[in-house]
Amino acid sequence: MLAMNYRGPHRVRIDRKPTPEILHPEDAIVRVTRSCICGSDLHLYNGLVPDTRVGMTFGHEFTGVVEEVGAGVHTIKRGDHVLVPFNIACGRCAFCREELYGNCHESNPQATAVGGIFGYSHTAGGYDGGQAEYVRVPYADVGPTVIPDWMDLDDAVLLTDVVPTGYQAAEMGGIQPGDTVVVFGAGPVGIMAARCAWLFGAARVIVIDREEYRLAFAAQYCPAETYNFESLKDPVVFLKQTTVIGADVCIDAVGADAAGSRMQTILGRKLLLEGGAVTALHWAINSVKKGGIVSIVGVYGPIGALVPIGNVVNKGITIRANQASVKRLLPRLIEHVQNGVLNPKALITHRIPLEHVSDAYRIFSSKLDECIKPVLVPPSARS
Amino acid sequence: MQNTEDTGTRVNGRGVDADPKNDPTYPIRHRLPAEEARSGWVRPAQQAVDVEVLRSIEYPEMTAVFGTSTPPAGLSGMIRRAAFAYSESSYLHWLPLVLADRINVVEGILDDLRRGRLPNGFAEAGGKAQWRYNRRRLIGGTLVRAALAAVLIAYVRGRVKGNCAADSQPNDQDGG
Ligand SMILES: NC(=O)c1ccc[n+]([C@@H]2O[C@H](COP(=O)([O-])OP(=O)(O)OC[C@H]3O[C@@H](n4cnc5c(N)ncnc54)[C@H](O)[C@@H]3O)[C@@H](O)[C@H]2O)c1
Ligand SMILES: [Zn+2]
Ligand SMILES: [Zn+2]
Repeated sequence: MLAMNYRGPHRVRIDRKPTPEILHPEDAIVRVTRSCICGSDLHLYNGLVPDTRVGMTFGHEFTGVVEEVGAGVHTIKRGDHVLVPFNIACGRCAFCREELYGNCHESNPQATAVGGIFGYSHTAGGYDGGQAEYVRVPYADVGPTVIPDWMDLDDAVLLTDVVPTGYQAAEMGGIQPGDTVVVFGAGPVGIMAARCAWLFGAARVIVIDREEYRLAFAAQYCPAETYNFESLKDPVVFLKQTTVIGADVCIDAVGADAAGSRMQTILGRKLLLEGGAVTALHWAINSVKKGGIVSIVGVYGPIGALVPIGNVVNKGITIRANQASVKRLLPRLIEHVQNGVLNPKALITHRIPLEHVSDAYRIFSSKLDECIKPVLVPPSARS
Repeated sequence: MQNTEDTGTRVNGRGVDADPKNDPTYPIRHRLPAEEARSGWVRPAQQAVDVEVLRSIEYPEMTAVFGTSTPPAGLSGMIRRAAFAYSESSYLHWLPLVLADRINVVEGILDDLRRGRLPNGFAEAGGKAQWRYNRRRLIGGTLVRAALAAVLIAYVRGRVKGNCAADSQPNDQDGG
């Protein structure tokens, strides 16, 4: 089959690989119909996540048709068109029973902190991912969800990660009616977080980024007040001034590849002595009001990082964070899509043949051609 | 010393300020009672371990399922195995893994060559997309790299010449 193949930082290509097989009674094999590239993939692409091995196939946001199921799979069958949450979760460990599907204890032998994630390095379980024609999907009774007839495939593929992650970012913010919410990052996740902040009752939603085209999109779509941090002398001082006492809630939807601080870039992205550049998180902590809440969905590596933890203490900040628990949120989010409360597919700007994966990564990574969200389409889904 | 079951019962006022609303973990909707959370679970069937899988020292046994992509191999694999002797809480776990990742890139190139394939760095880096949408940056980057390479070559040649001049003996057949 065709599959994306990681060769090193900034080098990926399409290759032929053996088609995956059932390795466990609860496995399914899925023929991919849509597969996105995510901001999380860029952390791998930029070489920031330890134990990212050459030869691996990335991709954790995909839909597909079930081709084969193991003897222990009962809720989905051959021919079902499913959306597959990015978390690999057993559904029965202590963490899954708490609906912490991103923190399963039976899917990632390499690390206890995070559960298994498709195509996300060995630090997240060593699974080949969905930027390919076929994928092995473990615990097929737990994660995969049959796509309702009425649902557009482009909406379905964004329900595997972007929508639940943006929604959970807002949810973890504990937003109360009347709150001012600042979202750092106008990528797909930040845009969705800003949109969802309204659903929880926010009164003012501000989005910070440096890509003008993304800010323009966020201004319309979320809708949000938008500011380009490159044209602000000091984003933290500006935010505290415009919100008078600081934001009630700050959301980090940027993660390890943040721009904006030379020191963080050198330590976190060049020397890899931190779990990434924590610039946006630093700004979030410093711009939230005393007693405020910082919600983190931006992804960082497992190595420590330089954040102003003293300010967290002195300001009495509550920090909430996690990988999104996709399965927990899906029922509500499917309702939101059906009722027109959320329109995920509007984020998709690029539809690229799987074979052009190298160019797709470059376009998304370097923010070329006004790209917001690219989706890869394998040959079998193009006819 | 670890608390026994009745340690808490001797505390005057135990639980008087317990407040279920004081739960900052709110999105965790199904918070399990402490005993239930710790009492274990019926484990899924074990996936057969027929490739080498490195395991965090915090897991007493293999997790029920795991990925089988790219088992550790070569020099990078040796470093990865050594890293897994240390816990996730140790720099000695993560920093060697970062090093192994870099070595693995070279191994990947050698592997391509061994299979008679010359990796096309330009295409793999999305050069076509750069050319189409970001030509100025691509040309700028290439010029900067070419200039740096030229300076480096000039410097090295200068040094080699200098050294040869100093080292050359009258009977040196090979010259400089
Ligand atoms: N927790 C989860 O479950 C989960 C799921 C998906 C994605 N993520 C993470 O969310 C983050 C965003 O994902 P995405 O797909 O939107 O990525 P993206 O790369 O498309 O977007 C990130 C945006 O942040 C902007 N940015 C850079 N530095 C900034 C700064 N200092 N302040 C404000 N903005 C800045 C960039 O210009 C870019 O537009 C990533 O870290 C990704 O790994 C987390
Ligand atoms: Zn993602
Ligand atoms: Zn689990």
